[in-house]
Amino acid sequence: MNENNEFSAWNKVKLARLLERPKADEYIYNILDDFIEFHGDRCFGDDKSIIAGIGVLNDIKVTVIGQLKGKTLEENIVRNFGMTKPEGFRKALRLMKQAEKFNRPIICFVDTPGAFCDIDAEKRGQGEAIARNLIEIMGIKVPIVSVVIGEGGSGGALALSIADKIFMLENSIYSVISPEGFASILWKDIKRIKEAAEVMKITANDLYGFNIIDTVVKEPLGGAQNSKKNIFKEVKNLLVSAFDELCIIDKEQLLKSRYEKYRIVGK
Amino acid sequence: MTFKDNDKKKYKFKYEVEHKIPNIWEQCRNCKKIIYYRTLADNYKVCPYCGYHFRITAKERIAMILDPNSFEKFDDQIFQVNYIEFEGYLEKIEMLQEKLDTTEAVITGEGRINGESVIICIMQSQFMMGSMGAVVGEKITLAVECANLKKLPLLIFTASGGARMQEGVISLMQMAKISGALNQFSQNNQLYISVITDPTTGGVTASFAMQGDIILSEPNALVGFAGKRVIKQTLNKDLPKEFQTSEVLLEHGFIDKIVHRKELKIVLSKILSMHGSVKYE
Repeated sequence: MNENNEFSAWNKVKLARLLERPKADEYIYNILDDFIEFHGDRCFGDDKSIIAGIGVLNDIKVTVIGQLKGKTLEENIVRNFGMTKPEGFRKALRLMKQAEKFNRPIICFVDTPGAFCDIDAEKRGQGEAIARNLIEIMGIKVPIVSVVIGEGGSGGALALSIADKIFMLENSIYSVISPEGFASILWKDIKRIKEAAEVMKITANDLYGFNIIDTVVKEPLGGAQNSKKNIFKEVKNLLVSAFDELCIIDKEQLLKSRYEKYRIVGK
Repeated sequence: MTFKDNDKKKYKFKYEVEHKIPNIWEQCRNCKKIIYYRTLADNYKVCPYCGYHFRITAKERIAMILDPNSFEKFDDQIFQVNYIEFEGYLEKIEMLQEKLDTTEAVITGEGRINGESVIICIMQSQFMMGSMGAVVGEKITLAVECANLKKLPLLIFTASGGARMQEGVISLMQMAKISGALNQFSQNNQLYISVITDPTTGGVTASFAMQGDIILSEPNALVGFAGKRVIKQTLNKDLPKEFQTSEVLLEHGFIDKIVHRKELKIVLSKILSMHGSVKYE
């Protein structure tokens, strides 16, 4: 930790990946007053790395989509370590379209090492699935808030973070590639991961500095796992006030500002 | 005196440097046959023996697709920023700009295909593997916005290794930015044709390459999301030889049509004319 009681980027990577760190299902069941899970993409299957459904947040009916890694090895395997497959992205988009139809705001919880990389995922169009989410979510006419709760891994995270507001937990990360990948591809030296994590600018504060995210959510000392109750309360309050703000904006303006949010990045 | 291996190497190197042979012969990457450069140029840079489509530059693509002298390049003096202060990044860009006589991994502009005006973006894999950083993202976004404003069809030739890691998360966000522009373009019922060329992978596949109303591809192009090495690491086993080619993607329903380079202009021109004034309005 440095003088401001802040972890180094590499320590944040480790915290973001920590098994004990609160996961999407815990947020959903602790923040929402009610939740019903729905399954399937209506094309191929049901990707268990995505938990999704409808619920109630205070008095707002919402659609919730979260990436889920699991907490034990068995769960990790069932959830595919949170690595979303094409059918997962398609399930997410299907439920977002449904939310749009019934005028429900959308909450996304982002927590993935990245989109799943295997032959079957390629055959079923991993690239197409992410691409479709990006272009379609840009036009979904209800407010969307994304909360990065752990790892925001590349395209797999981006497909669930096209939103009107993005929150990031203080010790979560967001990157174009994992520090491992960065070190091994650009430096051909996997041992330089720690250095890569520092260089890459992947922490919540970095992304806030880039104007990509709206709020850095303060975590309890030592990380979110140390006081889950507080972090759930904090995230809930932020979500409620975000929707209070977003739900009064007319649809055209909402989409315009959403585009503008991404338009300015790297302009 | 014996002629040592080391000396041999030294001698060979010296010979190559001093007698640098001009590139009048090119070797096909696929069938390894040697081809005379003019034969290759006359054949649209397609191997006359095996049909392998050579990777070409934006300049060459413009000559093949657009009507002569119809191309007007958009302003490409966009300021390069070293977002994550990556060591040696800007120097590398400058070196490549000089060496390849081009500004970035994409060239954008307006031109005509058999008389029909289009906005066109052409990526070039020669420039840092066609990777997409902020400048590439901005140039393509500006081109989409221009097509939207002028109500012209949009054509993007993709060739890219994906998001440019040297720009960190900023490069990732270009996928979202371009998708946003294309969403607005599509909302206005405007035509976007993406032409996938070898190689198209990563963040480009996962965004605008796959967002075309019509998606064409050149034969045998490498198209995929994850790189082969990454998949191999994930699965820890050997991979089938071909599972990320345009032919496989066509088979799985992700590409509308594979078009030989020789026919590309005609096919594009036909598609454009079929989107002209329509009967049912």
